[in-house]
Amino acid sequence: MIGGLIVILMCQLAGEAVARGLGVPIPGPVIGMALLFALLLLRDRIASRLPTAMSGDTLEKTGQGLLSHLSLLFIPAGVGVVQNLGVFAEYGVALGAAIVISTILALLTTAWVFLPVARLTAHDERSGS
Amino acid sequence: MSAVGDQFAQQFALWVYLSRTPLLWLTLTLFAYWLSDRMSVASNRHPMANPVFHAIWIIGVILALTGTPYAVYFEGAQFVHFLLGPATVALAIPLYENRRTLMQSIVPMCVALFAGCVVAMVSAVSVAKLLGVPAPLLAAIAPKSVTSGVAMGIGEALGGDPALTGVLVVLTGIVGALIVTPLMNAVRIRDWRARGFAAGLAAHGMGTARAFHINPVAGTFAGIALGLNALLTAVLVPLVLILFGH
Repeated sequence: MIGGLIVILMCQLAGEAVARGLGVPIPGPVIGMALLFALLLLRDRIASRLPTAMSGDTLEKTGQGLLSHLSLLFIPAGVGVVQNLGVFAEYGVALGAAIVISTILALLTTAWVFLPVARLTAHDERSGS
Repeated sequence: MSAVGDQFAQQFALWVYLSRTPLLWLTLTLFAYWLSDRMSVASNRHPMANPVFHAIWIIGVILALTGTPYAVYFEGAQFVHFLLGPATVALAIPLYENRRTLMQSIVPMCVALFAGCVVAMVSAVSVAKLLGVPAPLLAAIAPKSVTSGVAMGIGEALGGDPALTGVLVVLTGIVGALIVTPLMNAVRIRDWRARGFAAGLAAHGMGTARAFHINPVAGTFAGIALGLNALLTAVLVPLVLILFGH
């Protein structure tokens, strides 16, 4: 558990360092995610020489623990609505409409673009693999 | 002083002490979520029983009744809030476990990511602008489809209020988690990859949590969409706001 957490935090720390240090516009945790993905790919090749934090399923268990209640983590930011009641009294309808319309459009666009492209490219992959 | 008055003063002192410690508000956050999540499970994960939505109003009402400022509440809740970063990093794990499925869909994912990301931002900013929302609030709403830790950073960099961005992000997540299932059923999209990818892109971590409740493939694709959209939005938001003359 602790080992897995250290690996995850170190990836985030390295991500933040890269983002701030090099002025990359990509958020630190996102770079951290890419780093952890690369680490996991690397792990397969050198599995026998790794500390237990990286080998076995310690990391997987820690990650699953974090992800199994992902929605919980949004509550503190969401409660921030109590601080912005003035803004919502004035622009609540406009902001609400923007969120609902934009979310519907984003969901439909994404799915409707994904499906035909997936159908078009499915043929190539089958012949490739 | 009378015995009753003395007792009252003691209880009041206890409340003043507890209401200032992170412990009370951290416990309340976890308890409100636990309760709402149990209700969600009991309703067989009905979209209207969204655990985040119900936890937020429960906590909001308690803060209002006790006259507790948000800053005091956040002292306790920050421990939960902090985990958003590590959780984003941990998304690499389901990504890695499903890397073969992912590689097969890499082309449709990239195309859909670009289309969805642009539509999410441009439609939010243009509808808000049409309805008379002023410029600083447009900066707060532009990154609303990205997971909150990331979006708050983007919103702040653009001159938006990070706390307001956080709220708009969570509202987007609630709306997305609420409508994704009925909407996808209505337009007869049954492909779990497409449904999950759309949920993660439009409604970040809350769409992803919803997708994981419904189907593991949908959840995995939602997680990738969440990560990729955070990346692309960070790059595109400044351009969109320039387009709108921010």
